[in-house]
Amino acid sequence: MAYPTTFRYTKDHEWVEIEGKRARIGITDHAQAELGDVVFVELPSVGAVVKKGGQLGTVESVKAVSDVFAPVGGKVVEVNKELETSPETVNQSPHADGWLAVIEMSDPADANDLMDAAAYQALIG
Amino acid sequence: MKTLFDYASRECADGLFPECDVPSAAPSSVLGAEFVRSRAPRIPNLSEGDVARHYTALSKLNYGVDDGIYPLGSCTMKYNPKLNEDAARISGFASLHPRVDVSLAQGALGLLYELGKILKSVSGLPSVSLQPVAGAHGELLGMFLFKRYFEARGESGRKRILLPDSAHGTNPASAAIAGFSVTEIRSNERGTVDLDALRKELDSTVAGIMLTVPNTLGIFEENILEVTRLVHEAGGLCYFDGANLNSFIGRARPGDMGADVFHFNLHKTLSTPHGGGGPGAGAVAVSAPLVDFLPVPRVVKAGDEYRLDWDCPRSIGSIHGFYGNFLVAVRAYAYVLQLGEEGLRAVSENAVLNANYLMERLKTTYRLPYDRLCKHEFVLSGEGLPNHVSTLDVAKRLIDYGVHPPTVYFPLIVHEALMIEPTETEGREALDRFAEILETIAREAAEHPELLHDAPRNAPVRRLDQTQAARNPVLTYPFRAEG
Repeated sequence: MAYPTTFRYTKDHEWVEIEGKRARIGITDHAQAELGDVVFVELPSVGAVVKKGGQLGTVESVKAVSDVFAPVGGKVVEVNKELETSPETVNQSPHADGWLAVIEMSDPADANDLMDAAAYQALIG
Repeated sequence: MKTLFDYASRECADGLFPECDVPSAAPSSVLGAEFVRSRAPRIPNLSEGDVARHYTALSKLNYGVDDGIYPLGSCTMKYNPKLNEDAARISGFASLHPRVDVSLAQGALGLLYELGKILKSVSGLPSVSLQPVAGAHGELLGMFLFKRYFEARGESGRKRILLPDSAHGTNPASAAIAGFSVTEIRSNERGTVDLDALRKELDSTVAGIMLTVPNTLGIFEENILEVTRLVHEAGGLCYFDGANLNSFIGRARPGDMGADVFHFNLHKTLSTPHGGGGPGAGAVAVSAPLVDFLPVPRVVKAGDEYRLDWDCPRSIGSIHGFYGNFLVAVRAYAYVLQLGEEGLRAVSENAVLNANYLMERLKTTYRLPYDRLCKHEFVLSGEGLPNHVSTLDVAKRLIDYGVHPPTVYFPLIVHEALMIEPTETEGREALDRFAEILETIAREAAEHPELLHDAPRNAPVRRLDQTQAARNPVLTYPFRAEG
């Protein structure tokens, strides 16, 4: 799967799509493939304030339970409620319909150290 | 496979019971009418024979340590001597009431006292509690002790526990439940704690470190003295997860390596039946600064008499009713007495020898990401098997050969992990047979991959849809509609 060039990526395999102050966050195709069939997604509460690198939620697959870390800090303004009943969306559409949450960024500089698509693809090999 | 509900109910004699010879009352007059059932519960009406046959049939589908090798990494599924069971069935132990006066329980208290002494000597630590009833329960007690220690010192700001990524999965859960936050320390390329990463995290917010010794890769922390020295210098405490003690019992002592808390899995290391949820025993040994905080009651000896001491004002209190899982302690004590010091050293010698023997043989067939002398277990990888064969396929195929699969997909730091712990009780013949099966399976992966993709083929049930089971679990019995 292609990694969108408009996204930024973390070494923990989250992606983030930034539009103004809004940062939409999900896990990468590589992450969902490593995890295998996702069976449960735990989302943050709308209104929660998370720090960059802090825990945003968890993704549970048949193999493992993994934390999802916030690539940027700020307030959670939207979560993908669909995932509560259809966790498989994370496998089927990790970069689009399988998004997890939208954070309103408190500091735009948080995105500066994130990878671009080329760097992320080099990381996962 | 049938459940008890699927058999045809039939009229069974209830005339076996004599007439009631005490006054009876209508249930509604005692309970209140709103609590009385309006119709009979849907319990199948079966004869004793039907039920006995049902459970006997189920038991024949089981696989346990009495059937053969059970190489479930991290679990120490070794053979448990039957003499342990004899000891646990001595009526003075088995029928003892926990509230009986201590004067009538001297033998039981003596056993706990003596077992405690043995555990102190094995761990090299000055005091022990037998109260926790599982390994993770011992971890939780350890974390409560850390917490109380820092409260007593006025250092309640120490809220962080450092955890290598090769630790047991229960460690972070125990730390979190006790109110700590967890910081992960990455392993280096040798599979041990990265000392630079550790140094970077050590500060006045750190309560301590939880080390799994040896770790889940089966590798002993070669820098353990440096790790514990660094943590102590930073004012923290060191917790050792002792679930893997069978790899060094009788040869090295946690107390000499800087442990402040060490938990034993009596049910693993000292051979009592486990798996399937218990009962276990997670005895905890502690260093001098933590002794006062251990749970109550404690078994003490005054002259020739044993008694229970509740008067320990600095204790954290009780973490389980009475004295833990007493009959597990009886089995562990019987095991230690059978083996003696020399026997316990042979346990660790054989656990390590068996694991290295299998590892050396299998590493030519399967990938071995951390290729170095292991302790009691090692982790292979199913990565690179041909024809899209996964570790899960290999594990399921093992069932067709009548062998319990190893732990799979753990630890997470190895892709497609196959975590194998042969244990000390397997002989060379059993090890060779297990290796041959795994080698055959690797050949099948190349030549007949469908045998793996479809496995298990000879088991009572075929490949279960675990994804569906996790996403849409059915947790109740679907009764047929009643007329």
